[in-house]
Amino acid sequence: MNPNVVPTRRRPASILIVPFCALAAIGPSLASAQGTAPAAPPAISAADSVWLAVSTALVLLMTPALALFYGGMVRRKNVLSTMMHSFALMGTVSIIWLLLTYSLAFGKSSGFIGSLEFALGNGISMKASYPHTAMTVPAGLFMLFQMMFAIITPALISGAIAERMKFGGYLLFTSLWAILVYAPVACWVWNPDGWLYKKGVLDFAGGTVVHLASGVSALAACIVLGKRKALEQHEPVLPNNITTTLLGAGLLWFGWIGFNAGSALAMNDIAVSAFLSTHVAAAAGMLGWMLCEKLRYGRATALGGASGLVAGLVGITPAAGFVTPLSGILIGLIAGVLCCLAIGLKHKLKFDDALDVVGVHGVGGAAGAVLTAILADATVNSAVDASLKSNGGRGGLIMWQIIGVLTVAAFAFVATLILMKITQAIVGVRTTNDEETQGLDLTLHGEAGYNL
Amino acid sequence: MTKIEAYIRTHLLEAVHHALDELHVHGMTVIDVRGMGSSKGVHHLYRGSEYTLTLTPRLKLEIVVNDDQVEEVVEAIRKASYTGEVGDGKILTVSLGQVVRIRTGEKGEGAL
Repeated sequence: MNPNVVPTRRRPASILIVPFCALAAIGPSLASAQGTAPAAPPAISAADSVWLAVSTALVLLMTPALALFYGGMVRRKNVLSTMMHSFALMGTVSIIWLLLTYSLAFGKSSGFIGSLEFALGNGISMKASYPHTAMTVPAGLFMLFQMMFAIITPALISGAIAERMKFGGYLLFTSLWAILVYAPVACWVWNPDGWLYKKGVLDFAGGTVVHLASGVSALAACIVLGKRKALEQHEPVLPNNITTTLLGAGLLWFGWIGFNAGSALAMNDIAVSAFLSTHVAAAAGMLGWMLCEKLRYGRATALGGASGLVAGLVGITPAAGFVTPLSGILIGLIAGVLCCLAIGLKHKLKFDDALDVVGVHGVGGAAGAVLTAILADATVNSAVDASLKSNGGRGGLIMWQIIGVLTVAAFAFVATLILMKITQAIVGVRTTNDEETQGLDLTLHGEAGYNL
Repeated sequence: MTKIEAYIRTHLLEAVHHALDELHVHGMTVIDVRGMGSSKGVHHLYRGSEYTLTLTPRLKLEIVVNDDQVEEVVEAIRKASYTGEVGDGKILTVSLGQVVRIRTGEKGEGAL
């Protein structure tokens, strides 16, 4: 099928307005050929490419921001090991993405996993666009933008396993996860051949691929790893520096603009719409969480505000670019309140999700995905109209969105259990009692975060 | 010679310092400590997890004075560090055997 005339829905397709304009400019000779021969790929747009390059750098910044966000919340003896969980993946996943997983995610596919056509960086043009969907940016830039998502997603999981995982085990597990969980799920949802993509599942910037997948995997990983000793012994586990966490949250908000508005893959009305809904969702999420805390505990906390803005951003991620600004506020508010309530689950169900990845990214990602199907608006993005039509209306879209959430959650959970068990068998996952008591900074890395 | 050890609330250091100045007592060591007594501790709230820290932060002051000054210095510290709430702290006095000034080698009261 001709990618320029197929009504498509999601991320690679949300830039269709520009190619249409390009086609109109080329004139009737090409237009009359549509349907009989493949059209020429759309011209590369300098404006779109600049915006995507800036967005790529913004998304890269989110991983160090996450290191600060998580780093502030752990005990002072584990601050470096926790920050390294994020930083180290800028090393490993960058290489893995170029060599293998970009191809597995975005190569020609039967619907479940991509081919090896782009493996080792082969065939990724620095001039021409990605070959399987109409885009106005060089394929190399698209690959780089996607690389930053691939880095931060497994890093999100690290919040659940903080303060007690072996560093080698962590690197092995996250590398396997990047290949065997992230790449397939990205293929299902974002590859133009992906089976969920073809079913009309809407995920603008990664509510399902990034947040739901990492949040559910966080649950499986912390179940295999077990509880921290301090929790079993009912010792207080105090954050070393909430100011660091606030700085990290602020930088996440900043970087998220590139994450969501950059996912338009062009500087157009959809990008601006995504920018606005993302920003107000973060604002509403922060207020929602603080209000929830004030009502439940009598105080609004700084950590709650930081957590709430992240929850709002998680909630809007699948919806940005599909919803109106008012829906953005609503999604942010719901995500902020819901995640504030959801972090209590770990106490009821007795799993040690140290930094609440399940409550924020798992619950926020699932809620955002469903709210996207409910609130997606065809006047914001014509792709919504196509998705509604192909699903036979709103009910069908919501149903497929829920199927998408359940499938991705089930796959990520089971695959993570298996990968953690494999890692456990090869290099081990849990630190010794002594290492855990003395702190991982000194025992695993030979350094201290604070020598004051 | 007597060493006065006072455990006070951290925010009252300036008040005690001022009271000692008025008595022309100019030697003092201040140490950050954590301790517990009859106060109930401090409540912390992190993402809904509430902790009560029974070891609460206080300052320990060490002041060495001549025996004839002990009474007024202890009273001055007590007044300056008083709030009336549980957890105001304690003042201890310890008799000393010897005091030596490192720079000059002076001993006894002359070393103060």
